[in-house]
Amino acid sequence: MDILITALSQGLLWALMAIGVYITYRILDTADLSAEGTFPLGGAVAATLIIQGTSPIIATCLAIIAGMMAGFVTGILYTKLKIPALLSGILTMTALYSINLRIMGRANISLIGQKTLYDIVGGLGLESRLVPMVVGLICVAIVIGLLYWFFHTEIGYVLRATGDNEQMVRAQGVNTDTMKILGLMISNGLIAFSGALIAQDNGFADISMGVGTIVIGLASVIIGEVLFGNLSIAKRLMCVVLGSAIYRMIIALVLNLGLNPIDLRLISAIVLTITLASPTFKEIIQKRTGKRGI
Amino acid sequence: MNKNTIVKLLGVLLLASVVVWTSPSQKDSNEILQVGILQLLEHSALDSTRAGFIDRLEELGYKEGEQIEVTYLNAQADQSNLTVMSQQLVSNESNLIFAIATTAAQSVANQTTEIPILTGAVTNLEDAGLVESNEFPNTNVSGTSDMTPIKEQLELLLELAPDTKRIGFLYNASEANSQLLVNIADEIVAELGLETEHMTVTNTNDISQNMQALVQRVDAIYIPTDNTLASAMATIGNIAIQHQIPVVTGSNEMALEGGLATLGVDYYALGRQAAEMAVSIFEGADVSTLPVQTANETELVINEEMAEAIGIVIPDHLRGGE
Repeated sequence: MDILITALSQGLLWALMAIGVYITYRILDTADLSAEGTFPLGGAVAATLIIQGTSPIIATCLAIIAGMMAGFVTGILYTKLKIPALLSGILTMTALYSINLRIMGRANISLIGQKTLYDIVGGLGLESRLVPMVVGLICVAIVIGLLYWFFHTEIGYVLRATGDNEQMVRAQGVNTDTMKILGLMISNGLIAFSGALIAQDNGFADISMGVGTIVIGLASVIIGEVLFGNLSIAKRLMCVVLGSAIYRMIIALVLNLGLNPIDLRLISAIVLTITLASPTFKEIIQKRTGKRGI
Repeated sequence: MNKNTIVKLLGVLLLASVVVWTSPSQKDSNEILQVGILQLLEHSALDSTRAGFIDRLEELGYKEGEQIEVTYLNAQADQSNLTVMSQQLVSNESNLIFAIATTAAQSVANQTTEIPILTGAVTNLEDAGLVESNEFPNTNVSGTSDMTPIKEQLELLLELAPDTKRIGFLYNASEANSQLLVNIADEIVAELGLETEHMTVTNTNDISQNMQALVQRVDAIYIPTDNTLASAMATIGNIAIQHQIPVVTGSNEMALEGGLATLGVDYYALGRQAAEMAVSIFEGADVSTLPVQTANETELVINEEMAEAIGIVIPDHLRGGE
């Protein structure tokens, strides 16, 4: 049971990252690789502030702001300097490596024995193993609530439209560059939020904690999408959360089965391939059954 | 909610129950000790540490599959796996967890304050927040540190170049680890009654010029384990040959790539040391009182080509030790 709780809480904490990826990848329709830099940025800012005695709540909020600033930089590179989105993200990610080292002053900061967000929630009398799940639930609920509200404001609608049909939006006299920058800021703010939460849960922030995160984010988005299809925005965001939890459960399952750890990455890749290819499989099956019907 | 969605949600619940069903059941046997090993990634130093640990446990009467059961997990360099893996080792009711590499140790230590944890390939446990002090941990963590034997390395330098009066330190000041090592080396050199000269670099592009400046002012150079300099040992080697300057390095690889010699950490031997600590814990020792150990055995590495190029004769007793 413990392992399921861990998988679920990890799924919830990583879901924020996945929602961030969803905003750029699906809503804005751009591939943003800054994530691998902003995720550790969130961890670095939160951990550095916490060991200096800042309240974990304020430290986490500042981590989000730092992430939004990084997103702003990617946005400027992409829209104003006209560097392709993929490269803009890589540039920010590269620069953030040094910046994260500068922030932390070293490659790894330990948070063991420090007061974190989880200790605050744990102080309310919850069983300790449930704390990360509760924190994850609260954060995910707040984020989805805020995003639901935001995407139904005028700016929110325009932002969504920018990803769908940029020329149409521009024809309405809207500056699409601003919308893209805004989307990248929200996305990277959420990714840094996730990084700050994960670092506090892990008990350390590390310079290389961002490695592979973009794959985790994309996997969650795609698993959620493939399983539950095209839905309204709020349901879609919840599907991303569910996708993130499912991804963690699959990893937990692989670990439980006692497979050779060397194969772990291969198995993750296979799971992703199956998920990504499932719409194609579905089509083939439907065609076949359709033909038989005739 | 339509029928399709309900079916899919049931599928997710099914997946969840499979996860629970396959999770390892609690072991009830008292005779077999559960040993968990969490390693961050596949890497020759880390693999040797683990091999040394398991081999030495067997020699001491704790054979895998007989007296102990080993659960080995490897995060494959993906830190996001560490929490789930740590949790798995903790819920496995391990009697002892051997964590290899700093983040692996931090992750396990964050999950349990009860199960004794031993570390391998962590440089400074105190710095990593794992113990209150390296001499007296006062937490459920202790183990072995792969701190390079700086004193022995500097003594080796003096043995190879006995006329040395001034030792130059070359390092990247923005690497916290290098700064730490140089501070220790500074004290040791002062104790030996010699002078030091510091030269720092900020990236690999500075190295050639700064090294040229340094060789004018010193008789020998000591380079601690430093990532920036490790990637430019060939440059260092060329300048050292030009100026006939002996260079002793922090790590074995650096010595072979452009240094003269070093006494490096033998990770296999460190793993064996950790196994000895594990056995004392099995026999009732309290992990919180076990001091962190550094390498008892070191490995002498001499770059013969370099020795010849700068005209240094290796004393016979050092050769015999190879």
